[in-house]
Amino acid sequence: MHETSIASFLVEQASAAAEANGIRRVTKVTIRVGELSGVVQEALRFAWDIVTEATPCAGAALVIEDVPVTVRCPKEGTIKRLASPPRFRCPDCGEPTPELVTGRELELKSLEWDE
Amino acid sequence: MNSEAPVTQPRILEVRTQILKKNDELARAMRAEFRAKGVYVINVVSSPGAGKTELLTRVLRELRARGLRVAAVVGDLATENDADRLGASGAPARQIVTGTVCHLEADMVARSLEGLALDGWALGDLDVLFIENVGNLVCPASFDLGEECRWLLFPCTEGEDKPLKYPTLINTVDVVVLSKMDIAQAVGFARTTALENIASMRPGASVFETSAKTGAGVDALVDDLVRRRDAFRGASIASARA
Repeated sequence: MHETSIASFLVEQASAAAEANGIRRVTKVTIRVGELSGVVQEALRFAWDIVTEATPCAGAALVIEDVPVTVRCPKEGTIKRLASPPRFRCPDCGEPTPELVTGRELELKSLEWDE
Repeated sequence: MNSEAPVTQPRILEVRTQILKKNDELARAMRAEFRAKGVYVINVVSSPGAGKTELLTRVLRELRARGLRVAAVVGDLATENDADRLGASGAPARQIVTGTVCHLEADMVARSLEGLALDGWALGDLDVLFIENVGNLVCPASFDLGEECRWLLFPCTEGEDKPLKYPTLINTVDVVVLSKMDIAQAVGFARTTALENIASMRPGASVFETSAKTGAGVDALVDDLVRRRDAFRGASIASARA
């Protein structure tokens, strides 16, 4: 259950960004979560409600955007999307694909608030 | 909800930062310090009971026998047993008790290293430092500890399909160690399938087969470590001169 740790890091950062921009009450926090980030979304949402208490993010909706796993095929040089759960081979030619392009994201994208 | 048009207009602030930025930044600073001081750091991950401590105790002994200065810090939810076991190798070892936290974070390691310093062990006096993570195949994946190399232990007792079940963690490691191989036959371990599975989840990872009980395979693993550490040392010296 490292989602509690991740939620704590997130609320700390989101609240700092809110305060730096004079936002008193955040209504929505949007994050990008890669399929390989190891985050269980339900656990993150559960933790979110707890860690946001008494912060500018209290009551804010948590919007999670999924980022798929993509790799570069070393043979073709092009970016390929992998199935879920992934096997690190080019889905077209079968070549091993050590280079991950996306999928590990764990990113605070944006905050929303009402004027 | 949105059925009634809000009177106020929502405003958006684009932030675009890593959620674990604080951990990542500390880990980066630690890595820079490890490099500057020539300490090769290995983060060892596995499920609980995979044999990390047993294997590391052997590896620490072997490295000491080869004249390298080594130390270890070890994370567990509770008890200081593992630091005591690692300490039996003669290397300094410190326990990190995480309480309820199921993985190590960079600041926990930084604090533990301060403790090591209080015991009279300066980072600059070390050649290799092991960080034995909390036994967990999920949570440690996201937390950079400033290491140069990540080892993953898979005991043959966990079955050949285990690599497929934890894509997140396995895709971050440099070395996979198949451990407890002395009982592979007894547990019907399908070695070839396991190797294929590892290659399909982490193409390019080095794979070693060991038994901490008999010592089989430990030499080859240590040889690889020493090779990586020599290359690291060469690169550190080159960048210091540049």
